[in-house]
Amino acid sequence: MFTILDLVQPDTIEEAYRVLTGGNGTILGGCAFLRLGSQKIGAAIDLSKLNLNYIKEQDDYIEIGAMATFRDIETSPILNLYFNGVLPKSVGNIIGVQFRSIVTAGATVYSKYGFSDLITALLSLDTEVELHNGGRMPLDVFLNKSNEKDILTGIFIKKNKRMAVYQNLRNSASDYAILNVAVSNINDQWLIVVGARPQRAEIAQKASEALSKGVNIENIEHVSNMAAEELSFGTNLRGSAEYRKAMCRVLVKRAITEVLQCR
Amino acid sequence: MQIEFAVNDKKVTVEAGIDELLADTLRDYGMLSIRKGCDTSCCGLCTVWLDGKPILSCSVLSFRANGKSITTIEGVQREAEEFAKILAAEGADQCGFCSPGFIMTVLAMKNELKNPSDEEIRHYLTGNLCRCTGYMGHLRAVKKYLGVV
Repeated sequence: MFTILDLVQPDTIEEAYRVLTGGNGTILGGCAFLRLGSQKIGAAIDLSKLNLNYIKEQDDYIEIGAMATFRDIETSPILNLYFNGVLPKSVGNIIGVQFRSIVTAGATVYSKYGFSDLITALLSLDTEVELHNGGRMPLDVFLNKSNEKDILTGIFIKKNKRMAVYQNLRNSASDYAILNVAVSNINDQWLIVVGARPQRAEIAQKASEALSKGVNIENIEHVSNMAAEELSFGTNLRGSAEYRKAMCRVLVKRAITEVLQCR
Repeated sequence: MQIEFAVNDKKVTVEAGIDELLADTLRDYGMLSIRKGCDTSCCGLCTVWLDGKPILSCSVLSFRANGKSITTIEGVQREAEEFAKILAAEGADQCGFCSPGFIMTVLAMKNELKNPSDEEIRHYLTGNLCRCTGYMGHLRAVKKYLGVV
Protein backbone atom coordinates (compact mmCIF):
# COMPACT_ATOMS: atom_id res chain seq x y z
CA MET A 1 0.00 0.00 0.00
CA PHE A 2 1.24 3.51 -0.77
CA THR A 3 1.94 6.11 1.89
CA ILE A 4 1.66 9.90 1.75
CA LEU A 5 3.46 11.77 4.50
CA ASP A 6 2.43 15.31 3.62
CA LEU A 7 -0.11 16.95 1.32
CA VAL A 8 0.35 20.25 -0.48
CA GLN A 9 -2.46 21.90 -2.44
CA PRO A 10 -0.81 24.91 -4.10
CA ASP A 11 -2.76 27.89 -5.36
CA THR A 12 -0.27 28.63 -8.13
CA ILE A 13 1.80 26.58 -10.53
CA GLU A 14 4.94 28.37 -9.33
CA GLU A 15 4.29 27.20 -5.78
CA ALA A 16 3.68 23.66 -7.01
CA TYR A 17 6.99 23.71 -8.90
CA ARG A 18 8.85 25.05 -5.84
CA VAL A 19 7.58 22.19 -3.71
CA LEU A 20 8.32 19.68 -6.46
CA THR A 21 11.91 20.73 -6.89
CA GLY A 22 12.54 21.61 -3.28
CA GLY A 23 12.75 18.08 -1.97
CA ASN A 24 10.76 14.90 -2.08
CA GLY A 25 7.64 16.22 -3.81
CA THR A 26 5.54 14.15 -6.18
CA ILE A 27 2.76 15.47 -8.39
CA LEU A 28 -0.52 13.61 -8.01
CA GLY A 29 -2.38 12.81 -11.19
CA GLY A 30 -5.60 10.85 -11.20
CA CYS A 31 -4.02 8.41 -8.70
CA ALA A 32 -5.79 5.42 -10.23
CA PHE A 33 -2.56 3.40 -10.22
CA LEU A 34 -1.22 4.71 -6.93
CA ARG A 35 -2.88 2.01 -4.88
CA LEU A 36 -1.33 -0.72 -7.01
CA GLY A 37 2.13 0.13 -5.70
CA SER A 38 3.87 0.69 -2.40
CA GLN A 39 5.29 4.12 -3.12
CA LYS A 40 6.23 6.30 -0.17
CA ILE A 41 5.52 9.93 -1.09
CA GLY A 42 7.08 12.65 1.04
CA ALA A 43 5.06 15.62 -0.18
CA ALA A 44 2.11 14.83 -2.43
CA ILE A 45 1.32 17.83 -4.63
CA ASP A 46 -2.32 18.05 -5.63
CA LEU A 47 -3.01 20.34 -8.62
CA SER A 48 -6.79 20.42 -8.12
CA LYS A 49 -6.82 24.13 -7.26
CA LEU A 50 -4.99 25.20 -10.43
CA ASN A 51 -7.99 24.91 -12.77
CA LEU A 52 -6.21 22.58 -15.17
CA ASN A 53 -9.32 20.50 -15.81
CA TYR A 54 -10.46 21.79 -19.21
CA ILE A 55 -10.61 21.15 -22.93
CA LYS A 56 -10.63 24.42 -24.89
CA GLU A 57 -10.85 25.21 -28.54
CA GLN A 58 -8.47 28.05 -29.42
CA ASP A 59 -7.96 29.67 -32.83
CA ASP A 60 -5.17 27.34 -33.92
CA TYR A 61 -5.09 24.69 -31.22
CA ILE A 62 -7.21 22.47 -29.08
CA GLU A 63 -5.86 22.67 -25.57
CA ILE A 64 -6.28 19.87 -23.05
CA GLY A 65 -5.49 20.82 -19.46
CA ALA A 66 -3.33 18.43 -17.48
CA MET A 67 -6.15 17.54 -15.08
CA ALA A 68 -8.75 16.82 -17.80
CA THR A 69 -9.90 13.24 -17.37
CA PHE A 70 -10.15 10.53 -19.99
CA ARG A 71 -13.91 10.75 -19.64
CA ASP A 72 -13.69 14.47 -20.46
CA ILE A 73 -11.73 13.55 -23.60
CA GLU A 74 -14.16 10.77 -24.49
CA THR A 75 -17.23 12.99 -24.26
CA SER A 76 -15.71 16.25 -25.52
CA PRO A 77 -17.75 17.65 -28.45
CA ILE A 78 -14.62 19.41 -29.73
CA LEU A 79 -12.46 16.29 -29.72
CA ASN A 80 -15.22 14.24 -31.29
CA LEU A 81 -15.39 16.77 -34.10
CA TYR A 82 -11.70 16.86 -35.04
CA PHE A 83 -9.30 14.25 -36.42
CA ASN A 84 -12.02 11.65 -37.05
CA GLY A 85 -12.56 11.54 -33.26
CA VAL A 86 -9.32 9.62 -32.78
CA LEU A 87 -8.69 10.85 -29.23
CA PRO A 88 -12.11 9.89 -27.81
CA LYS A 89 -11.85 6.56 -29.63
CA SER A 90 -8.41 5.86 -28.19
CA VAL A 91 -9.51 6.24 -24.56
CA GLY A 92 -13.07 4.94 -24.85
CA ASN A 93 -12.26 1.30 -24.06
CA ILE A 94 -10.06 1.80 -21.04
CA ILE A 95 -11.59 -0.23 -18.20
CA GLY A 96 -14.86 1.59 -17.46
CA VAL A 97 -16.59 4.95 -17.24
CA GLN A 98 -15.80 5.23 -13.52
CA PHE A 99 -12.09 4.65 -14.12
CA ARG A 100 -11.95 7.06 -17.04
CA SER A 101 -13.56 9.70 -14.83
CA ILE A 102 -10.49 9.57 -12.61
CA VAL A 103 -7.39 9.20 -14.77
CA THR A 104 -5.94 12.40 -16.16
CA ALA A 105 -4.39 13.27 -19.52
CA GLY A 106 -1.46 15.13 -17.96
CA ALA A 107 -0.37 12.29 -15.68
CA THR A 108 -0.58 9.75 -18.49
CA VAL A 109 1.49 11.80 -20.91
CA TYR A 110 3.99 13.00 -18.31
CA SER A 111 4.53 9.43 -17.07
CA LYS A 112 5.20 8.29 -20.65
CA TYR A 113 3.33 5.05 -19.96
CA GLY A 114 4.25 2.35 -22.47
CA PHE A 115 0.75 0.91 -22.42
CA SER A 116 -0.89 4.30 -23.01
CA ASP A 117 -3.59 4.45 -25.67
CA LEU A 118 -3.78 8.25 -25.46
CA ILE A 119 -0.08 8.87 -26.18
CA THR A 120 -0.26 6.74 -29.33
CA ALA A 121 -3.22 8.73 -30.63
CA LEU A 122 -1.71 12.11 -29.65
CA LEU A 123 1.54 11.24 -31.38
CA SER A 124 -0.31 10.74 -34.66
CA LEU A 125 -1.51 14.36 -34.47
CA ASP A 126 0.43 17.63 -34.41
CA THR A 127 0.76 17.65 -30.65
CA GLU A 128 2.85 19.74 -28.31
CA VAL A 129 3.09 19.61 -24.54
CA GLU A 130 3.75 22.48 -22.19
CA LEU A 131 5.92 22.01 -19.14
CA HIS A 132 6.05 24.68 -16.48
CA ASN A 133 9.83 24.89 -16.51
CA GLY A 134 10.75 23.19 -19.77
CA GLY A 135 8.36 25.19 -21.91
CA ARG A 136 6.48 24.03 -24.96
CA MET A 137 7.82 21.28 -27.20
CA PRO A 138 6.58 18.67 -29.66
CA LEU A 139 5.27 15.52 -27.98
CA ASP A 140 7.83 13.25 -29.66
CA VAL A 141 10.66 15.47 -28.38
CA PHE A 142 9.22 15.29 -24.87
CA LEU A 143 8.86 11.51 -25.03
CA ASN A 144 12.50 11.09 -26.02
CA LYS A 145 13.82 13.53 -23.43
CA SER A 146 15.33 12.27 -20.20
CA ASN A 147 13.01 12.58 -17.21
CA GLU A 148 13.36 15.83 -15.28
CA LYS A 149 11.22 17.07 -12.43
CA ASP A 150 8.69 19.35 -14.05
CA ILE A 151 4.95 19.88 -14.25
CA LEU A 152 3.06 19.20 -17.44
CA THR A 153 0.36 21.86 -17.57
CA GLY A 154 -1.27 21.33 -20.94
CA ILE A 155 -1.41 19.45 -24.24
CA PHE A 156 -1.82 21.45 -27.45
CA ILE A 157 -3.08 19.86 -30.64
CA LYS A 158 -2.86 21.87 -33.83
CA LYS A 159 -6.28 22.31 -35.38
CA ASN A 160 -6.10 21.06 -38.93
CA LYS A 161 -7.75 18.59 -41.26
CA ARG A 162 -5.59 15.66 -40.25
CA MET A 163 -7.60 12.43 -40.40
CA ALA A 164 -6.55 9.77 -37.95
CA VAL A 165 -7.53 6.23 -37.08
CA TYR A 166 -6.83 4.28 -33.91
CA GLN A 167 -6.52 0.49 -33.88
CA ASN A 168 -5.73 -1.77 -30.98
CA LEU A 169 -5.56 -5.39 -29.95
CA ARG A 170 -6.67 -6.47 -26.50
CA ASN A 171 -7.17 -9.80 -24.76
CA SER A 172 -10.50 -8.51 -23.48
CA ALA A 173 -12.37 -5.32 -24.27
CA SER A 174 -11.30 -3.39 -21.19
CA ASP A 175 -7.80 -4.80 -20.66
CA TYR A 176 -4.59 -2.94 -21.48
CA ALA A 177 -3.69 -3.06 -25.16
CA ILE A 178 -1.34 -5.77 -26.36
CA LEU A 179 -0.53 -3.37 -29.16
CA ASN A 180 -2.01 -0.09 -30.35
CA VAL A 181 -1.61 1.80 -33.58
CA ALA A 182 -2.61 5.25 -34.79
CA VAL A 183 -2.24 6.34 -38.39
CA SER A 184 -2.96 9.81 -39.68
CA ASN A 185 -2.83 11.74 -42.92
CA ILE A 186 -2.86 15.35 -43.96
CA ASN A 187 -2.04 16.62 -47.46
CA ASP A 188 -0.67 13.16 -48.35
CA GLN A 189 1.78 13.28 -45.45
CA TRP A 190 1.38 10.18 -43.29
CA LEU A 191 2.28 9.33 -39.74
CA ILE A 192 2.32 5.76 -38.45
CA VAL A 193 2.55 5.37 -34.66
CA VAL A 194 2.80 2.12 -32.75
CA GLY A 195 2.47 1.86 -28.97
CA ALA A 196 2.16 -0.72 -26.19
CA ARG A 197 5.04 -2.59 -27.85
CA PRO A 198 5.11 -2.80 -24.73
CA GLN A 199 7.51 0.14 -24.79
CA ARG A 200 6.02 3.58 -25.24
CA ALA A 201 4.60 4.77 -28.52
CA GLU A 202 6.96 5.64 -31.32
CA ILE A 203 6.61 6.96 -34.85
CA ALA A 204 7.61 4.48 -37.53
CA GLN A 205 9.64 7.11 -39.42
CA LYS A 206 10.77 5.11 -42.44
CA ALA A 207 7.35 3.58 -43.02
CA SER A 208 5.68 6.99 -42.65
CA GLU A 209 8.05 8.52 -45.20
CA ALA A 210 7.55 5.64 -47.63
CA LEU A 211 3.78 5.95 -47.40
CA SER A 212 3.96 9.69 -47.94
CA LYS A 213 5.55 9.08 -51.36
CA GLY A 214 2.35 7.48 -52.62
CA VAL A 215 -0.30 4.96 -51.60
CA ASN A 216 -1.50 1.88 -53.45
CA ILE A 217 -2.57 -1.64 -52.50
CA GLU A 218 0.95 -3.16 -52.77
CA ASN A 219 2.43 -0.17 -51.00
CA ILE A 220 0.15 -0.55 -47.97
CA GLU A 221 1.28 -4.14 -47.48
CA HIS A 222 4.92 -3.16 -47.94
CA VAL A 223 4.69 -0.16 -45.60
CA SER A 224 2.95 -2.22 -42.91
CA ASN A 225 5.82 -4.70 -43.04
CA MET A 226 8.32 -1.82 -42.92
CA ALA A 227 6.73 -0.44 -39.76
CA ALA A 228 6.93 -3.85 -38.09
CA GLU A 229 10.58 -4.22 -39.12
CA GLU A 230 11.83 -0.79 -38.09
CA LEU A 231 10.30 -0.77 -34.59
CA SER A 232 11.34 -2.95 -31.69
CA PHE A 233 8.92 -5.11 -29.74
CA GLY A 234 9.11 -6.73 -26.33
CA THR A 235 7.54 -9.58 -24.44
CA ASN A 236 5.36 -9.36 -21.36
CA LEU A 237 2.46 -11.36 -19.94
CA ARG A 238 0.09 -9.99 -22.59
CA GLY A 239 2.06 -11.07 -25.63
CA SER A 240 5.42 -12.02 -27.04
CA ALA A 241 7.61 -9.76 -29.15
CA GLU A 242 7.02 -12.03 -32.17
CA TYR A 243 3.26 -11.85 -31.73
CA ARG A 244 3.32 -8.06 -31.39
CA LYS A 245 5.46 -7.74 -34.50
CA ALA A 246 3.06 -9.92 -36.48
CA MET A 247 0.06 -8.00 -35.21
CA CYS A 248 1.75 -4.68 -35.95
CA ARG A 249 1.62 -5.51 -39.68
CA VAL A 250 -2.10 -6.26 -39.44
CA LEU A 251 -3.09 -3.21 -37.39
CA VAL A 252 -1.03 -0.77 -39.45
CA LYS A 253 -2.54 -2.14 -42.67
CA ARG A 254 -6.06 -1.85 -41.25
CA ALA A 255 -5.43 1.68 -39.99
CA ILE A 256 -4.02 2.91 -43.33
CA THR A 257 -6.95 1.39 -45.19
CA GLU A 258 -9.39 3.03 -42.80
CA VAL A 259 -7.73 6.44 -43.09
CA LEU A 260 -8.05 6.19 -46.87
CA GLN A 261 -11.78 5.65 -46.44
CA CYS A 262 -12.01 8.79 -44.28
CA ARG A 263 -10.47 11.10 -46.86
CA MET B 1 -7.18 15.90 8.12
CA GLN B 2 -10.75 17.13 8.22
CA ILE B 3 -12.83 16.66 5.12
CA GLU B 4 -16.17 18.32 4.57
CA PHE B 5 -18.50 16.95 1.95
CA ALA B 6 -22.13 16.19 1.37
CA VAL B 7 -23.05 12.53 1.52
CA ASN B 8 -26.47 11.89 0.05
CA ASP B 9 -27.33 15.59 0.48
CA LYS B 10 -26.29 15.63 4.14
CA LYS B 11 -23.31 17.85 4.99
CA VAL B 12 -20.77 16.00 7.07
CA THR B 13 -17.26 16.51 8.41
CA VAL B 14 -15.08 13.45 8.75
CA GLU B 15 -11.53 12.79 9.85
CA ALA B 16 -9.42 10.95 7.27
CA GLY B 17 -5.76 10.24 6.63
CA ILE B 18 -4.19 12.14 3.73
CA ASP B 19 -3.53 8.85 1.97
CA GLU B 20 -6.94 7.39 2.79
CA LEU B 21 -9.15 6.25 -0.04
CA LEU B 22 -12.69 7.48 -0.40
CA ALA B 23 -14.17 3.96 -0.24
CA ASP B 24 -12.65 3.47 3.22
CA THR B 25 -13.72 6.90 4.46
CA LEU B 26 -17.28 6.34 3.30
CA ARG B 27 -17.45 2.86 4.81
CA ASP B 28 -16.15 4.23 8.09
CA TYR B 29 -18.92 6.80 7.87
CA GLY B 30 -21.43 3.96 7.55
CA MET B 31 -21.98 3.63 3.82
CA LEU B 32 -21.60 -0.14 3.89
CA SER B 33 -23.02 -0.68 0.41
CA ILE B 34 -19.57 0.24 -0.92
CA ARG B 35 -17.43 -2.84 -1.51
CA LYS B 36 -13.87 -3.31 -2.66
CA GLY B 37 -13.72 -6.32 -4.93
CA CYS B 38 -10.63 -6.29 -7.10
CA ASP B 39 -7.71 -4.18 -5.83
CA THR B 40 -6.91 -3.32 -9.45
CA SER B 41 -9.51 -0.59 -10.16
CA CYS B 42 -11.49 -2.69 -12.60
CA CYS B 43 -14.53 -4.30 -10.91
CA GLY B 44 -16.81 -1.29 -10.29
CA LEU B 45 -18.11 -2.57 -6.94
CA CYS B 46 -17.12 0.64 -5.19
CA THR B 47 -18.92 2.97 -7.63
CA VAL B 48 -20.33 6.15 -6.12
CA TRP B 49 -21.12 9.49 -7.73
CA LEU B 50 -18.81 12.42 -7.12
CA ASP B 51 -20.62 15.60 -8.08
CA GLY B 52 -23.01 13.43 -10.06
CA LYS B 53 -20.36 11.49 -12.00
CA PRO B 54 -19.72 7.80 -11.38
CA ILE B 55 -16.22 7.16 -10.06
CA LEU B 56 -14.30 4.34 -8.38
CA SER B 57 -14.22 5.32 -4.72
CA CYS B 58 -11.47 2.73 -4.17
CA SER B 59 -9.12 4.79 -6.32
CA VAL B 60 -9.89 8.35 -5.28
CA LEU B 61 -8.06 9.94 -2.38
CA SER B 62 -10.59 11.13 0.21
CA PHE B 63 -9.25 14.69 0.36
CA ARG B 64 -10.24 15.13 -3.29
CA ALA B 65 -13.89 14.87 -2.23
CA ASN B 66 -13.50 17.88 0.03
CA GLY B 67 -16.28 20.38 -0.69
CA LYS B 68 -17.97 18.01 -3.11
CA SER B 69 -21.17 16.04 -3.18
CA ILE B 70 -21.18 12.25 -2.93
CA THR B 71 -24.08 9.98 -3.72
CA THR B 72 -24.13 6.35 -2.66
CA ILE B 73 -26.85 3.80 -3.23
CA GLU B 74 -28.25 4.72 0.19
CA GLY B 75 -29.07 8.11 -1.31
CA VAL B 76 -31.03 6.80 -4.28
CA GLN B 77 -32.96 4.02 -2.57
CA ARG B 78 -36.25 4.49 -4.40
CA GLU B 79 -34.68 4.28 -7.87
CA ALA B 80 -32.35 1.50 -6.75
CA GLU B 81 -35.22 -0.63 -5.45
CA GLU B 82 -37.19 -0.10 -8.62
CA PHE B 83 -34.29 -1.28 -10.77
CA ALA B 84 -33.22 -4.06 -8.38
CA LYS B 85 -36.66 -5.68 -8.68
CA ILE B 86 -36.29 -5.82 -12.46
CA LEU B 87 -32.72 -7.11 -12.04
CA ALA B 88 -33.95 -9.96 -9.83
CA ALA B 89 -36.88 -10.73 -12.13
CA GLU B 90 -34.48 -11.13 -15.05
CA GLY B 91 -32.26 -13.55 -13.11
CA ALA B 92 -29.37 -11.10 -13.13
CA ASP B 93 -29.00 -10.93 -9.37
CA GLN B 94 -27.45 -13.98 -7.78
CA CYS B 95 -24.98 -13.39 -4.94
CA GLY B 96 -25.71 -9.66 -5.11
CA PHE B 97 -22.20 -8.57 -4.15
CA CYS B 98 -21.76 -6.48 -7.30
CA SER B 99 -25.29 -5.04 -7.27
CA PRO B 100 -24.78 -1.71 -5.46
CA GLY B 101 -21.95 -0.64 -7.77
CA PHE B 102 -23.76 -1.92 -10.82
CA ILE B 103 -26.98 -0.12 -9.90
CA MET B 104 -25.11 3.16 -9.31
CA THR B 105 -23.62 2.92 -12.79
CA VAL B 106 -26.97 2.09 -14.39
CA LEU B 107 -28.61 5.07 -12.67
CA ALA B 108 -25.75 7.32 -13.81
CA MET B 109 -26.21 6.04 -17.34
CA LYS B 110 -29.93 6.79 -17.15
CA ASN B 111 -29.08 10.39 -16.27
CA GLU B 112 -26.48 10.69 -19.02
CA LEU B 113 -27.74 8.75 -22.06
CA LYS B 114 -31.10 9.12 -23.72
CA ASN B 115 -32.47 5.99 -25.42
CA PRO B 116 -29.11 4.17 -25.49
CA SER B 117 -28.55 1.34 -27.95
CA ASP B 118 -27.48 -2.16 -26.81
CA GLU B 119 -23.93 -1.25 -27.75
CA GLU B 120 -24.01 1.99 -25.78
CA ILE B 121 -25.41 0.18 -22.72
CA ARG B 122 -22.74 -2.51 -22.88
CA HIS B 123 -20.03 0.10 -23.35
CA TYR B 124 -21.20 2.20 -20.40
CA LEU B 125 -21.32 -0.84 -18.12
CA THR B 126 -17.95 -2.33 -19.09
CA GLY B 127 -16.47 -1.19 -15.79
CA ASN B 128 -18.83 -3.32 -13.68
CA LEU B 129 -17.93 -6.96 -13.34
CA CYS B 130 -20.28 -9.74 -12.23
CA ARG B 131 -18.83 -13.17 -11.59
CA CYS B 132 -22.16 -15.03 -11.15
CA THR B 133 -23.99 -14.29 -14.35
CA GLY B 134 -23.34 -13.88 -18.05
CA TYR B 135 -24.54 -10.27 -18.30
CA MET B 136 -27.49 -11.09 -20.59
CA GLY B 137 -29.90 -10.81 -17.66
CA HIS B 138 -28.32 -7.48 -16.79
CA LEU B 139 -28.81 -6.23 -20.33
CA ARG B 140 -32.48 -7.33 -20.37
CA ALA B 141 -33.07 -5.66 -17.00
CA VAL B 142 -31.39 -2.40 -18.00
CA LYS B 143 -33.38 -2.21 -21.23
CA LYS B 144 -36.64 -2.85 -19.38
CA TYR B 145 -35.77 -0.26 -16.75
CA LEU B 146 -34.87 2.35 -19.36
CA GLY B 147 -37.90 1.47 -21.45
CA VAL B 148 -35.80 0.75 -24.54
CA VAL B 149 -36.94 -2.88 -25.05
